[in-house]
Amino acid sequence: MLLNVNNLSVSFGGVHALNLDRFSLRDKELRVIIGPNGAGKSTFLDIICGKTKADKGEITFNGKSILGKSEVKIAEAGIGRKFQKPSVFPGLTVYDNLLLAAKMKKDIFTSLFFKSTPALEEKIHEVAVKLSLTNVMYKPAGDLSHGQKQWLEIAIVVLQDPTLMLIDEPAAGMSDEETEKTGNLLLELSKSHSIIVIEHDMKFVEQIANELVTVLVRGKRLMEGTFAEVKNDQRVIDCYLGRTNAQLETL
Amino acid sequence: MKTKNNTLLYILFITFFAILLPAGYLTGLLSVNTISVWGRYFCFAIAALGIDLIWGYTGILSMCQAFFFCLGSYGIAMHLLLKKTVASGATLPDFMAWNKIDTLPFFWQPFHSFGWSIVLCLLIPAAFAFIVGLVLFRSRIKGVYMAIITQALTLAMWLIFLRNETNLGGTNGITDFNTILGYPLSSSSVKLALYLLSLSMLCAAYYCCYRITHSKFGKVLQAIRDSESRVSYTAYKVTDYKLAVFVVAALLAAVGGMLYLPQTGIITPGRMDVKASVEMVMWVALGGRGNLKGAVIGALLVNFLYSICTSLFPDSWLFILGFLFVITVLYFDKGFMGLGDTIRKKFSATRLKTSQTH
Repeated sequence: MLLNVNNLSVSFGGVHALNLDRFSLRDKELRVIIGPNGAGKSTFLDIICGKTKADKGEITFNGKSILGKSEVKIAEAGIGRKFQKPSVFPGLTVYDNLLLAAKMKKDIFTSLFFKSTPALEEKIHEVAVKLSLTNVMYKPAGDLSHGQKQWLEIAIVVLQDPTLMLIDEPAAGMSDEETEKTGNLLLELSKSHSIIVIEHDMKFVEQIANELVTVLVRGKRLMEGTFAEVKNDQRVIDCYLGRTNAQLETL
Repeated sequence: MKTKNNTLLYILFITFFAILLPAGYLTGLLSVNTISVWGRYFCFAIAALGIDLIWGYTGILSMCQAFFFCLGSYGIAMHLLLKKTVASGATLPDFMAWNKIDTLPFFWQPFHSFGWSIVLCLLIPAAFAFIVGLVLFRSRIKGVYMAIITQALTLAMWLIFLRNETNLGGTNGITDFNTILGYPLSSSSVKLALYLLSLSMLCAAYYCCYRITHSKFGKVLQAIRDSESRVSYTAYKVTDYKLAVFVVAALLAAVGGMLYLPQTGIITPGRMDVKASVEMVMWVALGGRGNLKGAVIGALLVNFLYSICTSLFPDSWLFILGFLFVITVLYFDKGFMGLGDTIRKKFSATRLKTSQTH
């Protein structure tokens, strides 16, 4: 297993945000996590990438414990994160955003005397083509549309070339066409990377969930199964898909 | 187009300051004091470049640049004063004798040598910035807290330098020098040489900063300003970068201070009081932060205005500066250098509005 999580818990001001007994991910697996608002999905990714500190539990990545390590150490170990709210460098051009992301030595002296190579340019160009960013390459990232920013952030994560990608709501604010394209891209990336995706859009989940889907509810793992299993599970319907039926939820 | 504009600006700057001003002096149109005044402004501009690097590019508001500036000045002042004391046959500078001190304090000893003075003038501010930066950046102090802590630090240092027990001249500071490397400071040719040295140091500092900001390192700095967390998740050690730029900014301030001292002939703790440290940030804010040319032009222009205003309406200078600052913050957040852009944007926005309403 690439990622193993045991008895992970964190609470904010007495509220259990996450209380996850067990979670594991194979190498090159694409896992989708769904769950109603406040289920702890983003908190889970925050803990993995070092943004939030857990109260207790353990997380091993590639056999090494990563819990409590700094964001930089975790990123260096090969975990890349795309946030729910696009987090790019608005003052830099799209090209510079991609250049900074690209996998290379990142200490101050290397940066100070950095010279681009044709191989690197090729790589940046390739990713930009994949995410339709070529005609905005020299625009400041702050001027992009919301969907383009989403893609730019995905491109940043792709260029980091991490072993594990944590993708938080990639389809939010995208048109149907863009959503489908994002889905295809994630499927293609999953051939060479392990990916955890959080998503609310069920059509999108159906498109990408070829393997397991994990359902989180109130910080706990409700179930794990294929999309068809999850879709037909009564508990999931009660808690999540059937939210309109308020009576069932209170039961 | 843009590079063409840049080149034109550089040529104008160099012709004006390296050729026209010295020529004006040599032909007797300008007094040597005018030359010397501009030489001092260049020192401020060097320090302003450092402020632009750390504040304009990296987004860290450091209020202790005035202190680093003074460290440079004090170092050179100590050297010049010791040289004068030894030449006059005394063993101690006058102010120490008045304070009833009989041996030269240990930290004055290395300043007998010019070489050591230069080294220490650079080493002490750099080491100071490194230690302070290490503590502040490791504890992830940011934004307004960073500004408050660095301002408090400058204030504390100002109080320490004011005391006679510090053996740095107290409130009166250090003054009354006569030679530098054996040349008399009062001679016009030495003043012209110092002016030209300051100008060339400014050009060299500008070139270094230009290279830094246009390298990938500079892009990381701007990325830190935009989204520090994203920089961490992209595997850059943010603390290292902040620390490096803080040390570079401190060095630039110290170089400015070192060149400033022989041209004014006095350094007092007043150079690093709260007003002075805020004023240094204002140069960059008015000139245009995140723009190296803005920092230089801001420092030169504000100081030039200062000398005009203080002779025309001596009491109202602070009001004028405050007014300019408020206007800049409210309407021209890119400062003087961004003036054209801001007006153009406003103009096209109104045109768009009117065309939409018609």
